[in-house]
Amino acid sequence: MATTTTAKSAASLPAPVPPLAPRRHPSVRRRLSRGGLYALAIAITVFMFLPIYLIVIAAFSPKAAVFAFPKSVIPRQFSTETLSFFLNSTGVIGSIQNSIIVGIATLLLSLVIGIPAGVALARFAFKGRDAFQIIILSTRSVPVVILSIPLAVTFIQWGLYDSLTAVVLAHTALALPTTILVTSSVFVSVPRDLEEAALTLGCSPLGAFRRIALPLSLPGLTAAAIFTFVLSWNEVFAATILTVRHRTLPAQVLSSLNDSPLYYRFVGGFVLVFPSLIFIFFMRRYLLNLWGRVVR
Amino acid sequence: MSGQVTANDRGVLRRTARGGMWGRIPVAYLLLAPALAFLALFFAWPAVQALILSVRSGDGAFTGAFFQRMVQDTYFWPAVKFTLLLTVFIVPAQIFLALMMSLLLTADLKGTSVFLYFWAIPLAISDLAAGIVWLAVFTDRGYLNSLLVGLGLSETGFPFLSYQHPVSLFFAVVVAETWRATSLVLVILVAGVQVIPKDYGEAAEVFGATFWQRLRHVTLPLLRPSLQVALILRTILAFQVFAVVIALAGRNLPVLAEETYNWANALSNRNVAAAYAVLILVFSLANTGIYLRALRVRDETVGR
Repeated sequence: MATTTTAKSAASLPAPVPPLAPRRHPSVRRRLSRGGLYALAIAITVFMFLPIYLIVIAAFSPKAAVFAFPKSVIPRQFSTETLSFFLNSTGVIGSIQNSIIVGIATLLLSLVIGIPAGVALARFAFKGRDAFQIIILSTRSVPVVILSIPLAVTFIQWGLYDSLTAVVLAHTALALPTTILVTSSVFVSVPRDLEEAALTLGCSPLGAFRRIALPLSLPGLTAAAIFTFVLSWNEVFAATILTVRHRTLPAQVLSSLNDSPLYYRFVGGFVLVFPSLIFIFFMRRYLLNLWGRVVR
Repeated sequence: MSGQVTANDRGVLRRTARGGMWGRIPVAYLLLAPALAFLALFFAWPAVQALILSVRSGDGAFTGAFFQRMVQDTYFWPAVKFTLLLTVFIVPAQIFLALMMSLLLTADLKGTSVFLYFWAIPLAISDLAAGIVWLAVFTDRGYLNSLLVGLGLSETGFPFLSYQHPVSLFFAVVVAETWRATSLVLVILVAGVQVIPKDYGEAAEVFGATFWQRLRHVTLPLLRPSLQVALILRTILAFQVFAVVIALAGRNLPVLAEETYNWANALSNRNVAAAYAVLILVFSLANTGIYLRALRVRDETVGR
């Protein structure tokens, strides 16, 4: 096709060919198969959500209902009896507090260390950039299990064993590679022109970063922070290996799993799941960016 | 000076503002230093230390005793067997399901964002919580047995999680783990599908390609990098399957990570625990190598 068409000669050209219309298939067959797709999508949705609905019912039923059989999927009786039993069990409230403290400390530490590295990857061309990226990506092929045992030995030597600090350091090590990749992708997406405009108007590089890039990247960074918190809130292996008395919630539930009644476990499961539902709700815009694009 | 800044002016400004006499290099290294130091101390060094722990005894002499003890343990071979079996069942199930889900999400259905929300929920659910959630379903007086009795398919229900029924126990773990971690594969694949230009599929459709032909010759080849990432990640995570198994099966279904945990905590022998951890690492690295060879991505398919 001619690319040199000017405004003058365009007037003399014949009317443009209409774009190809999408092919229409016989509508009955088409509609049937669309219906099948919806049925499949709804079936998957039920598979994904029904177990969560069931654990919520189990958590808000009275103790006796746990042993009732056969069970009804429609809640008969709403009760916070088992929930308050769980929360009043030894160590549970403390472990929830520990989980929150560890989660917040982990997200702060990994942002403080991760943001500069993310900025470096996003904004600077330097020797060894590719090597650094490969190092970050290769951490994914190292199983988490292998870190916990030696870290326990190290933390015993340092006097940090069975402390929240130990768990925070381990969780930060797990979260940091992802934090770096997420922050770098966030800063890549912030237009550089605005920062350059600020520089031409007399801002210092740091000032331009603080006034332009940081506010623009705040939503992405918040998402990264929530991601880190969820990782820490859910992590059970390292937390169990590194602590004895200062348990996080998953470690507390895991260690009392074998000698606790069923209703205790169900409520424990619910309390672990509950924040996840909220996180996913607030994060739904960032789901693909965080877990999808960045994990590659 | 006029209001317009010429290209040349901008170049000069950028150089003085960003570069200075130091150039760009030192700044980048300074920014990277904390992360590198932290990862070296709390990631790389522990990995090396695990190797050392597994082959060196308290007096500093190198020994194969810990690996020997690991292999001779009653639970060792069952743990290897069940870990590999679980991986063989869980990973393909997840890839298949996630592929189907990502195709559904790109099929222009109404309510796609609602579907995506529900399908993504397990992303933020821990393996321990997932195990407990499915315990409520599979336990003797659980919801699945309630359903079976309600439908008249069974008198009193079936003990799915009993050690006497290892097959149903095994598949309960497969279902729970598939449920939990398919979302992770899904977001990787959806992100990959989004990068594929829509024109390719439309062009194939114009030339009369059926859905299956488009899937086979357009979507899947272009999705290969994402599939590769998903396969590698999921297999590594499957080798570490842990809390789901503990919640549903306890030691009736021994797996490697669970043995690592038992040797470290209950038996207080960190050397044998480290030997188990090294074994998991070897499995993971071997698996990554095999996948990278088998699914080698040609340059033109990377396209980013």
